[in-house]
Amino acid sequence: MPDVTFLDANELVLNMGPQHPSTHGVLRVILKLDGEKVLGCECVIGYLHRGVEKIAENRTWMQFAPYVDRMDYVAAVSNGLGYCLAVEKLMSVEAPPRAQAVRVILTELNRITSHLLWLGTHALDIGAITPVFYCFREREEALKIFENYCGARLTTHAFRIGGLQYETYDTFEKEVLAFCDMFPAKVDEYEELLTGNRIWLGRTRGVGILTAEDCKDFGVTGPVLRASGVEWDLRKAQPYSGYEKYDFAIPTGRNGDTFDRYIVRIQEMRQSLRIIRQAVEGLPTGPIMGKVPKVMKPPVGECYVSIEAPKGELGYFVVSDNSTQPYRVRVRPPSFVNLQALDRMCRGSLIADVVAIIGTIDIVLGEVDR
Amino acid sequence: MTFALSFYTLAVVKALVLLGILLITLVYIQWVERKLIAHIQGRWGPNRVGPHGLLQPIADSLKLLTKEDLTPPHVHKLIFVMAPFLAVSLALISIAVIPFGGEVEVFGVRTTLQLTDLNIGLLFIFAVTSLGVYGIALGGWASNNKYSLFGALRSSAQMLSYELSLSLGVVGVLLLSGSLSLRRIVDSQAGYYFGFLPRWNVFHGPLPQLVGFLVYLTAAFAETNRVPFDLPEAETELVAGFHTEYSSMKFALFFMAEYANMITVACLATVLFFGGWHAPLPESWGIQYAPLVVGALVAGLLLYHSQGAFAGKQRRSMQVFGVVAALIGAAFLLQPVRVLFSPLFWFAAKSGFFLFLYIWVRGTLPRFRYDQLMGFGWKVLFPVGVANVLVTALMVALFG
Repeated sequence: MPDVTFLDANELVLNMGPQHPSTHGVLRVILKLDGEKVLGCECVIGYLHRGVEKIAENRTWMQFAPYVDRMDYVAAVSNGLGYCLAVEKLMSVEAPPRAQAVRVILTELNRITSHLLWLGTHALDIGAITPVFYCFREREEALKIFENYCGARLTTHAFRIGGLQYETYDTFEKEVLAFCDMFPAKVDEYEELLTGNRIWLGRTRGVGILTAEDCKDFGVTGPVLRASGVEWDLRKAQPYSGYEKYDFAIPTGRNGDTFDRYIVRIQEMRQSLRIIRQAVEGLPTGPIMGKVPKVMKPPVGECYVSIEAPKGELGYFVVSDNSTQPYRVRVRPPSFVNLQALDRMCRGSLIADVVAIIGTIDIVLGEVDR
Repeated sequence: MTFALSFYTLAVVKALVLLGILLITLVYIQWVERKLIAHIQGRWGPNRVGPHGLLQPIADSLKLLTKEDLTPPHVHKLIFVMAPFLAVSLALISIAVIPFGGEVEVFGVRTTLQLTDLNIGLLFIFAVTSLGVYGIALGGWASNNKYSLFGALRSSAQMLSYELSLSLGVVGVLLLSGSLSLRRIVDSQAGYYFGFLPRWNVFHGPLPQLVGFLVYLTAAFAETNRVPFDLPEAETELVAGFHTEYSSMKFALFFMAEYANMITVACLATVLFFGGWHAPLPESWGIQYAPLVVGALVAGLLLYHSQGAFAGKQRRSMQVFGVVAALIGAAFLLQPVRVLFSPLFWFAAKSGFFLFLYIWVRGTLPRFRYDQLMGFGWKVLFPVGVANVLVTALMVALFG
């Protein structure tokens, strides 16, 4: 083989971000390019680091709950659910059935809002400027339900350790069912704009391929893993909050490319609707708060609880030393872990693909950096 | 009574009128685009400055004029300043040879509704628009910024490749009309088949140039850097592409150049394929009253909606615009007005449709990737264009 290293003189290093329209916040990616072709990339994170885990050690168990909403602010309800489940497990209490069902309804609604935000921005990254407005239109309807329930739209802090703070409001069930009736036609509308579109197919098919093996190596979870053909969903694999009672499918893809991830998320929205409908129709009556003392002092111990957040496996590792404050809270954020695969997915693609791939991983920098 | 107007005076007057109309169109096409895109996306669009946001373009222009004109320290100063002027002046020049209507008599002066009729008009337009790429390429290069450079590289490659298809799409028309003069091309499209089908080049025998038109239209989208071919300024990838470092009026000039190019190719599509100012149906079908009907329809719609519950603050302005539309429509009842403005009406309607098409597509489609763009240009558009030329040439040789 002749020595061809002199050709490397053409390598171009392009700094993308932290202020860039499509790095979804403050992600900085250093791209190594050969013309438009990507030779490799490196993520620089930490621009949004707030030390959430350290803050936990200086707050009471209850006081820390609102902080988790600020990690994945797009799916705040899921974050809250994960933290509440972890502390509940530590204290060996369980939320009453009604609280569990309401939690499922709100969490699944939140999955839809999260996926809608992803879909809109992802399409925007690929150059379709209209879907984002359609997505926000429907997202607004779901957010109104959150607002009516707990007064907040994004960082909801909807749940409390041991159950719920608030009883549902009068028209809650009616509004949720109305959303379920309205939404499928809207998903069809998004699909009409994108799924069959030749340009969309060209931009997403075969782009950013991640095999099932790659996913397992990187610890990638959530829709990205399922798009690679692995049927792994914590709601089925280790049900929590009563998910075992609901009938729903796990959508999977085959090729593990950007298009499959798009299809998987679209299907997940439809499945979420199924869950919501079942949960609303079988909403039990009864108390909404379990037996939790006013001053929480979980027994000495540690536990890890993970849930299926919209972006993947969201895990909380909590340690208690029988005081009013957590000894340690460690979060396994799905965005952070999934982001690792960026380099593998980008190699050999073009600049335009990098944007599509960052979008398809569905990261929230608040969660990556914490 | 006829005024003896010297050639130079007439030329200056026509140039000023044309420039005025063009600049107003340039500014207001942005308002139209923002409104249309907004309605496609379920929004209101600009509606704060003036009724229906109609003064928004003026406010924007004033804002851009008064912004600080920043020249970053790392740029190549001369070329950096020159590039936007190059882009915009070349974009504005090409409109000079486009014929908007036939010969008319205004205040006793006989003239054609065209700045100048070059016998190589089409070649002139292609020459000038292909020079326009220098504005973008030099601007991107002089910015000394990697994103700008990428934008400039992409646009040079894209515009060079698609220019070929653009020209190939038009060759069929040249074969049919046998002239490069735009006026002669329009004249060759006068008349109707079977008494109703216009002899426009898209319907023209011996081979209707439908394929040629599609090739031209697609290439024109690429040539003007519009969605889905807007890679040079692909916002989500390259921040703003070649004009990342530009601010204030220099940025506005690039912006103007893009829209001026849009208007040029839309007008050119009308001239080459859709019969220029000729009406789509013969006068015996009463088509000369179409502007009247349109004016009445617009007036009716506006007046009806101004009475609706949702009119709100816009009630008064909608009434005013309704009356204005009615008056404009009524003016077409007068013979001299009809003779003068009917061709302009048809020309504006056809070109307006193509401009609308631009905006509609922008609201609908995602963006191509660089390699797909090049692949599409060379592997699809170019062969189709060549095939169209060959078949047209054969048909013209056999039956023309």
